[in-house]
Amino acid sequence: MTEVIKVGMADWKIAHSGAVLKTTGLGSCVGLTLYDAVERIAGMAHIMLPSSEIAREMPFNRAKYADTALPDMLEAMVAAGASRRRLVAKLAGGAQMFAFAGQDTMRIGPRNVETCKLMLEKLGIPLAAEDTGSNYGRTIELDSATGILIIRSIQYGTKEL
Amino acid sequence: MSLWNEFRDEFKLDVLKEIGNIGAGHAATALSRILNQPVDMSVPTVSLVPFEEIADRVGGSEQVVIAVFLRVEGDAPGNMFFIIREDSARRLLRNLLSIESEEGVYSDMELSALNEIGNILAGSYLSSLADFTKLTLTPTVPSLAIDMAGAILSYGLLQFGQMGDAALLIETKFLEGRDTVEGQFFLIPDPESFGKIFRALGVPGS
Repeated sequence: MTEVIKVGMADWKIAHSGAVLKTTGLGSCVGLTLYDAVERIAGMAHIMLPSSEIAREMPFNRAKYADTALPDMLEAMVAAGASRRRLVAKLAGGAQMFAFAGQDTMRIGPRNVETCKLMLEKLGIPLAAEDTGSNYGRTIELDSATGILIIRSIQYGTKEL
Repeated sequence: MSLWNEFRDEFKLDVLKEIGNIGAGHAATALSRILNQPVDMSVPTVSLVPFEEIADRVGGSEQVVIAVFLRVEGDAPGNMFFIIREDSARRLLRNLLSIESEEGVYSDMELSALNEIGNILAGSYLSSLADFTKLTLTPTVPSLAIDMAGAILSYGLLQFGQMGDAALLIETKFLEGRDTVEGQFFLIPDPESFGKIFRALGVPGS
């Protein structure tokens, strides 16, 4: 039996030894994954909002924001034995579930994706693949044995990245 | 934090429950007129729900639901969802339009009918709330989605997302006669709106 580690909303987890990381029902949220193919260490973050600058909670949940979740997860993966230079990223989610024009909060999906990409660039981590945007929900699973990201949606079934 | 303390005040929670009661009561009446059948509703629940658990209220994060979403604008902004399960939506369409739809497949006509039902119900919910509080509350044009509950509901949590990891949810269910068409109303006022609602109703200490 493969161990499945669930990653909740506004949370991140790391896995190795063939365990699978899974997060369900990504809408405007983004699933950001990092993988070291040599050490077979995987990380997955379920990011809800782009920047912690808008946080009005104190102390705030660092796993919720793209700009804080990614460095924290990266650090934990390196501490677990991953090599920073070998890490590659994959992105999924960031959809616009409902069509409303002109409202800032409604564009949160694309903004989450943009910020994740900016952070990856800043940290020098290459983006290997993405399935982002559009208007549908996604459930994702990352296999720490292979680094394959499986994406499921209601309309389009299953796809692999 | 004062906002979270307010949600521990039993009296204030009762006020919010009454809001759910009045709003959904009017919506249920509207639905029973549309269907020409009596529609019952549950006592509203008001709870501070962790983001992680919000989709459990409608059968889990990956449960496919039909949702009409609208943003409430005006004095006390917030998010509103009218959610029905697919089997209920089919029964509703059959009763209303005598359409027999296939599972998972909806024609434009059916989607537009569902959107309009959501619009009417949400509109009557909000207008009764506006009357009761004397606040200006106007709905945006509704938008319909059929997708995973987690993906849909997380959209209503963004305003609360900046404040913490839980949202205050005013929830009312309704049931329609023998066929049991089941629907749920979720009203998630923005964090700033609670003070305005309490003040508008003259709640002491607000």
